[in-house]
Formats: sequence, structure tokens, C-alpha cells
Amino acid sequence: MRVALFVTCVNDALYPRTGIAVVRLLERLGVTVDFPAAQSCCGQPQYNTGFRHETEPLVRRTAEAFAGYEYVVTPSGSCAAMIREHYPRIGRKAAAEGRGDALAELAAALAPRVYELTEFLVDVLGVSDVGAHFPHTVTYHPSCHGLRALGLGDRPRRLLAAVKGLDLVELPGAEECCGFGGTFAVKNPDVSAAMGTDKTAAAAATGAEVLCGADNSCLAHLEGLLRRAGSPLRTLHLAEILAATEREPLR
Amino acid sequence: MTATHLGMPAFPAAAREAVRDDVLRANLRRATHTIRDKRARAVAELADWDRLRAAGKAVKDHTLRHLDHYLLQLEEAVTAAGGTVHWAADADEANRIVTDLVLATGERELVKVKSMATQETGLNEALEAAGIAAYETDLAELIVQLGHDRPSHILVPAIHRNRAEIRDVFRAEMGGWGRPAPDGLGDDPRELAEAARLHLREKFLRAKVAVSGANFMVAETGTLVVFESEGNGRMCLTLPETLISVVGIEKVVPTFRDLEIFLQTLPRSSTAERMNPYTTMWTGTTDGDGPAAFHLVLLDNGRTDTLADEVGRQALRCIRCSACLNVCPVYERAGGHAYGSVYPGPIGAILSPQLRGTDSEIDASLPYASTLCGACYDVCPVAIDIPEVLVHLRERVAQGGPVTRDGIRVRLRPAHGRTAERAAMRAARLLLDHPGALRAGERLLARARRMRPRRLPGPGRAWTDTRELPELPAESFRDWWTRERGTPQ
Ligand code: SF4
Repeated sequence: MRVALFVTCVNDALYPRTGIAVVRLLERLGVTVDFPAAQSCCGQPQYNTGFRHETEPLVRRTAEAFAGYEYVVTPSGSCAAMIREHYPRIGRKAAAEGRGDALAELAAALAPRVYELTEFLVDVLGVSDVGAHFPHTVTYHPSCHGLRALGLGDRPRRLLAAVKGLDLVELPGAEECCGFGGTFAVKNPDVSAAMGTDKTAAAAATGAEVLCGADNSCLAHLEGLLRRAGSPLRTLHLAEILAATEREPLR
Repeated sequence: MTATHLGMPAFPAAAREAVRDDVLRANLRRATHTIRDKRARAVAELADWDRLRAAGKAVKDHTLRHLDHYLLQLEEAVTAAGGTVHWAADADEANRIVTDLVLATGERELVKVKSMATQETGLNEALEAAGIAAYETDLAELIVQLGHDRPSHILVPAIHRNRAEIRDVFRAEMGGWGRPAPDGLGDDPRELAEAARLHLREKFLRAKVAVSGANFMVAETGTLVVFESEGNGRMCLTLPETLISVVGIEKVVPTFRDLEIFLQTLPRSSTAERMNPYTTMWTGTTDGDGPAAFHLVLLDNGRTDTLADEVGRQALRCIRCSACLNVCPVYERAGGHAYGSVYPGPIGAILSPQLRGTDSEIDASLPYASTLCGACYDVCPVAIDIPEVLVHLRERVAQGGPVTRDGIRVRLRPAHGRTAERAAMRAARLLLDHPGALRAGERLLARARRMRPRRLPGPGRAWTDTRELPELPAESFRDWWTRERGTPQ
């Protein structure tokens, strides 16, 4: 099976180790991974801030970069939700504004082929035990777009629970937003930090060593708060835990 | 809407104060989490919740699509049942109509059932200016009125107050409005409720005029419906001689039978009750039973303009249950006052900028007062996609676009102060749309990684005031791939 990796701009620039982990994990499961170079950003920051017209070239670019792939896998729930939920909407609006159907067609063609990593693993590959080994106590924060827009449900936790050596502890108030929210983090910094601090406090109180998530933008916010506070709790993307094995542990 | 909210600072500044108020944070957290959890349990009991939700949405959408028809049908039915219908294009007109009606009775005081519409128009202030005293009779509304405060929640307007604060307000203020608080009043909820009961009873028995809103109006029969849980509404709606109801035009439903949906979804969503404690319905007037005169004031105040917007109009489906407030993590921390409107929380963030426009600082900031986490959409009993409307309104603020004002379609220009953001977004998009340039930029960053600053200047400060910046990697994913796998496809 061949898939295209949509690594996302945040992971490309700031968290390449997450992208590398996805490649290792998928290859270990017998999947061939391509990285189409024309990819860039899904346009979520522009779109969610209200600049829909600025988003359109990125919709076009993303759709064209992944044309021809049956599966496009991305380690970000919010980018997957952006493509699946908002691309068709952006396309329809462009058509309604008299700029033709091309964008809507591109969006409609891409949307159903995009899978968030845990969806791909559980639904397409049909695995929940990926053969990982990670001997640590972990708590999981489900980011909102994965949780509510994609309906990932317990897929991430099922994957974590099957990791050898891993002790999964429940995060109280897990379904509450961490306060990142894209540009919300800087437009409403006080509320954002207050939400994030409540989240990190809940995570720290579980006694876990690792706060795991499946969206690095949320984790960047939480990690920033934890490090500023000098907390020993570390944040990790789910893919990095799933990529870790006894022979190749997480470095 | 009301003058009280004009000149409000933008949401982030107002929220900053609330976030730092530990008592307020604790009050809100306790209250919202309690209601939130109870609602979840009450909703989970119904196996057909999703279908009820879809049905509520469908009824509302159908009615809104044919609003002109149903409003006329309603007017006819109310008139046939002995009521008088008045049409108010805006808040001032509604206030003028009510003031004139009250003055014509010769009365100078009235009792009120909690009503969002009259808060929206600022009716109490308008009545006061005309020398008419309006007494709120809902317990929480009474606390707000006595405390010279502003409501901060749709259903629990005094949610920001704890019981010790309420006791202090009762002790200090009740005497000035009527029967004083009993000597030695404590902060036990039962004691507080009893004090309010005694204080209010006097007013119910004396009042000749009442003002209410309504949760629903039935076009087919001309019946109005009020949901409440204290019995104060029942008193106001039955005892006085004259009843004046001010209701937003979107509150109409076609048939009596449509109520069966909302009788189930509204109580469970708002107070987590299986059945609403006091549901009062009345149709016009009946000789020798209830008010002899009934006036219905139908309020537009921006609703028709909102209806003209294909995405934004879904906000008019709202049945004011406040489930979205109770589940909202931003509301929980910022409090209701930060929203600068009688409609706080997620619904306020999409309703106020539509009803009032996006010209003021507060209204332009409201669509951004959300992380788009989607919890509000999940709980909304009429399936309003609040995040969708938020993004749509952000668009209106950031890039401008078509909007209807006083029935005329106009093109809005981007809001003031958005030029820098616009330029930054454009620059980012250009960079992201040119992977070659992006790659060069990433390499530049990687080389500068040792210099990672602890605090950023300018807008970046908003991040680094409370958070460290992520550590920059030695190479981007793109470069790793090329090094390991050769040129990407
Ligand atoms: S928007 Fe929905 S959840 Fe919020 S108050 Fe209105 S009906 Fe209730």
C-alpha cells in the first residue's frame, strides 16, 4: 500500500521528529510512504482568522500536491478537519462568488482521501497494536478538532493502550479545549493561558511523565506553558510513541 | 442593543480582568461544571435525542424561511383571540410602544418576567426615564437588579455571584425597593429564596401591569409560551390586569404540535430537567380569567437583516437554552460581562455582531472570542454550527463582504486596524505557496536556532508572556527527507 504523507507546515518546520516518526511507523507496518514536495500548509491559520480569499491558493496547492493518491495521511486532526470540513465549504463559496467550480471540484476530490493518522491506522490498516514499546506513564489530551470535527473517539487511546510497557492514565476533563485555538493564543492570550494552565495542571496531577496529543500545535502551547513553569512533564506527539520500539526506542 | 454596552472594551481586554478575578473564576467554574454535567446526564437519557435535535432544527429552519407568512398568521390569531399586536422595527420603537401602553393604564410600576428581548432593548432604563418602575421577579434577575449589576448568563443572570455576595446585596438593597430583607439574613440558599419570596409576593399582589417575553409563539393558535422554574412567571402572567409581551420575531413556530419537540429539548438543555417546572401558555384574553388586556410587541431589531445572511441566519434558531455557555471554556474563564451584550458566551459571539453590526470594537472582537473547539455546537439543541458562523463573521471583520443593514445589501470594508494582520497573512500565504522560499526560510531559522529568544517583541509577546517558544530543530522535515530519501516526488 502506498500513501502520501501530509506532514503539515507546523511539523515540517518545528516538529520534523513527528513526521519522521510517522514515516518509520507506517513503513514498519508495511506501508510505502511518499512525500509530495509541492505540499505546504493547509491554510487553516488564514481561514480561521477570517482570510478565506488568502486561503484559496493553499487549497489549490494542497489538492494538486496530493492528486492521484488514494490515501493521504496526516499527523494532525485539525489539518485533516480543515481539509475534510472546510475545503468543500471554501470551494462552494468561491463558486457562489462567481469564480467558477474548479476549486469546489478540487476540494471535493481531496476531502474523502484525507486520513488523520489514528483513523488510517485503525480504520484502513485495521490495527490497534502497532508493535510499539514505551515504558512510561502517559496521559492523553484529545485535541478538539480530532475529537469533535473528525470524531476520532477512542482510536488514539486504543492505540496507546496497546503499547507495550505503557501505563495510560485518564486525564480529568480531557475533552475540554487546551486553549490554543490558532490565532486565539495570541489574540486572547489571557484566556488562552488560563485554559492551558488548567489543562497542564490536570495533566500534572495524574502523575504521568508524558502528556501525549495528536496535534503538535496544541502541544506547542502546552509545552510552552509547562517549560515556562519549569514542570518536568513533557509533551509528545502520539506518532512518536507509536514509532518507538524495543530495538529503536524514542531518543 | 442597549446603551449600557456601548463603548465596551474589546473582548480580550475585558476578559483579562475576569481571568485575574479568582472569586469570579471559582464561582463560574463551579456553576458551569455543575450544570454542564447535569445536562449531559439528562440528554443521555433520551434515546432519540439526535432526532429531536434534527427536528427542532428543521422546524426552526422552515419557520424562518417562511417567517413573513407565519408572522401574519400569528398576528391574525392573536387578534382574533382578543390581543393586540404591535410591530417594532428596533429597540427604541419597542420601548416607546411599551412605555405608551403602560402610561395609558395610569400605572407607574410593573412586574417583569425574565425576558431577553426586553434586556436587549434596554426596556427597564427606558421605563425608568418615563417615571415607571419595573420590578424583576426572577430570583437571579432580582439579584442583578438589586445589585445594580449586569446579567452575565442567559438563564442564570447572577451566575457570577456566590451566596455570600447575594446575602450582602439583599441586606443592603431590598429595603430601598420594597420589603426589606429579614433581620439576620444568612447565606443559606433556602433562607435567601424565602427572603426573595416575601419581597416579591408584595409586588405580585399589587401589580396591575406585567411585562414578559416568550419562549415560543404558535402561529396557528396565537398562543404564547413561557418556560420558567420559579413560579414567578405564572404570577406575572395571570395576576395583573394588563400583560405586555415583547418577543423577537424569530420565536414563532407554525403549530401547537411543534412544541412537543421543544418541551423536551429546552428543559433538558437549560436546567437539565426532564420536564419544565412552570410552563405557562395563554391565547389572547379570556373574560374573568387572567389579564383583561394583552399586547404583543413583535421585535425585529436586526433580525430581518440577520435572516438575509445565508450562513449567519442559523443563529436565529436559538431557543436561549444557554447550554452553549455552560459548556464553553472561554465563557467559563472570561465571564459573561466580557461579551459586552445581554447575549454572552458562544451564542452572544455570533448574535451580537449580527444584530448590532461589527462596527464597534467589542462587536468586531466577539467572533474571535473562541478557540473554535466546537463544544457549543455539540450541545446545541437546534444544531447551530457556532464555529462555522464564527469563522464566517471573522471573514466579515477581516476581509469585509456583503451584509444587510436596514434591509439594504451593502459591502463592508475590512474593519479598522486589520491592515497589519492582513499584510502578515498575505506574506505568510505567499511564503507557504512557494515551497522553495519556505525551505529557504526554514533553513534560515534552523541556523538561528541558538538565538531562540525567551521573549518576543511586538505581537509575539502575546505568546512569550506566558509560554516558551518551541525549540527549533536542526533541520526541517523536508530537508531530512531529502537527505534520507533523495528528492521528494
Ligand atoms: S445557541 Fe444553541 S445551545 Fe446556545 S443558547 Fe441557543 S439554542 Fe442553546
